[in-house]
Amino acid sequence: MDVPTLSPSSSKPAEAPKDSPRSIPVHRWPDRLFFGLVAALGLSVIGLAAAIVAILVYGSRYSFQAFGFSFLWGTVWSPTSTPPIFGVVPFVVGTVVTSAIALLIAFPLALGSAIFLTTNAPRWLRGPAGTAVELLAAIPSVIYGLWGIYIVHPYMATTVEPALKRYLGFTGLFDGTPLGIDVFTASVVLAIMIVPTICAISRDTLAAVPQSQKEAALSLGATDWETTRVAMIPYARSGIIGGTMLGLGRALGETMAVTMLIGNIDKVPTSLLSQGQTIASLIANELLNNNGPLQESAVLEAGLILLVIALLVNVVARLLVWRVLSVGGGGAVE
Amino acid sequence: MTFDRYARRKLLSHSIAVLTGLCVLAVLYPLASIVYEAFLQGGGVLFQAGSLTSVQPPPCSTLSCKTVGIGPAVQGTLIVVGLAAGISVPVGVLAAIFASEYRARGLGRAISFTADVLTGVPSILMGAFIYGYFVLYDPQIALSFYTGALALSALMIPIVVRTTEEALRVVPNSVREAAMALGISKWKATLRIVLVASLPGVATGVLLAVMRAAGEAAPLLFTLGYSTLWLQGLDHPGANLPLLIFLGALSGYPNLVKLAWGATLFLLILILIVNVISRFAIHRMRVRMGGA
Repeated sequence: MDVPTLSPSSSKPAEAPKDSPRSIPVHRWPDRLFFGLVAALGLSVIGLAAAIVAILVYGSRYSFQAFGFSFLWGTVWSPTSTPPIFGVVPFVVGTVVTSAIALLIAFPLALGSAIFLTTNAPRWLRGPAGTAVELLAAIPSVIYGLWGIYIVHPYMATTVEPALKRYLGFTGLFDGTPLGIDVFTASVVLAIMIVPTICAISRDTLAAVPQSQKEAALSLGATDWETTRVAMIPYARSGIIGGTMLGLGRALGETMAVTMLIGNIDKVPTSLLSQGQTIASLIANELLNNNGPLQESAVLEAGLILLVIALLVNVVARLLVWRVLSVGGGGAVE
Repeated sequence: MTFDRYARRKLLSHSIAVLTGLCVLAVLYPLASIVYEAFLQGGGVLFQAGSLTSVQPPPCSTLSCKTVGIGPAVQGTLIVVGLAAGISVPVGVLAAIFASEYRARGLGRAISFTADVLTGVPSILMGAFIYGYFVLYDPQIALSFYTGALALSALMIPIVVRTTEEALRVVPNSVREAAMALGISKWKATLRIVLVASLPGVATGVLLAVMRAAGEAAPLLFTLGYSTLWLQGLDHPGANLPLLIFLGALSGYPNLVKLAWGATLFLLILILIVNVISRFAIHRMRVRMGGA
């Protein structure tokens, strides 16, 4: 490497040594260019998030001008009436109900599986069984939908739903004809889809519980289950809750399987056996096929509401999971 | 008496162990059922002469119907996912480099947090926002490979950013210090030493993002649209596997339903292969980095 100060052709010989190591001036502009490039692309990730919000807000302007905040509590969605009326309540109810039932079914199964995979399973089984659960997460939504229509739906219509109707019919939750294409079937398939998310994160946080924590419980004479209950679950609690909320986030926005199974009717569902519509299935059905810009705008506004709900759930979930997995626990201290 | 109580506690513990095992079986039953049905109903379609070289048959309901023809859908999916990867891989990898290799105060953390939250945005909204933009800007190409690729890359970028970041973090700092000690400039050290060292991890992330995109139907509904034909041009709507499954399933025509199962089997086999490859790559990287 040349020493710049000795070179007669160098125009500013005195300045070079001021700048720290010799080789740096030679590379300075490519380094700056590279920094500029990666900084711009790094910021573009934040820009992407901003663009999603901005375009959905802008797209929903007609609907907002026409209905204002009554869009939020309107229970009627009627594109064909004159004038058309749009209220988002049927879809918010559909989304919340399907996600809540899915969570009720998925949580015990996922937590049970996570406990099995970290404590009860023989060691040789843990890897393969864990991989299989993760494979469930990799299956596309539309495949669950196809499977739901041709395998789950007939079984629901002929066996599960009539039984539920007979034994739990008094609650009024199962009024109506068991068709198999309804809120309940959509929720069950949704539950199957979110189990891997909840299970994988619960398993990781349970596995991150320090050995000493378990040994302390075992040394006091606790059985395996007591160790899990007293020493592990409290320690991993925020991770398990975070994982569950990530599962909830996935359920709220899941589109294809729900669209194929829920019946797609723009009304507030009256029971678990009635047809309905979630915000995601509304977008899938009506963003492209609509009766004009006002309906398109109303669909985009519903999308904005879905975005807000999903973001809230996700941010809380990430904060919980980050705290456990990056700080290395601390759930037990609280 | 104390023994009695201990036995009861032991019994509870064992029954819960059995119960959790049953949970795993219940969770894995759908996986087995989906794979079984895909082979049963789609095997004949996929492993038939001409299944990948002919177009989708017209709907028909007699027993002698044609069921071959996922060719255009495979082609369309390859093209749209390829385009999306062409956008999202450079953007995602370089954004991750900024977030993890430059200590830009809180900005790096803000970017990884944003990417993390973006992975939780429902995929259908990625399509809705691209659609919303192009309908305003240029409705002519609202349904085309371009908008489809943009929607899928919006979905892929956050995944690529997060996995690349994690892969970069596994590279020991001594590697960076060694590069600095040799006087290599930062950009060269980053691209040719640190990034190369983390390549298995980055490749895994890209593969997972690609697989996720290949199976996504929701954002394509109003960006790529659907067609039954071979590629008509990048500014035209195009065939793709996920929407073939969706529309085939809803059509109710036996031959199109069969075709949907064939496409399902094709996607499942791809997913299985990619998962095996990525597991292998992660394992090799862990070994190479000394279990870091």
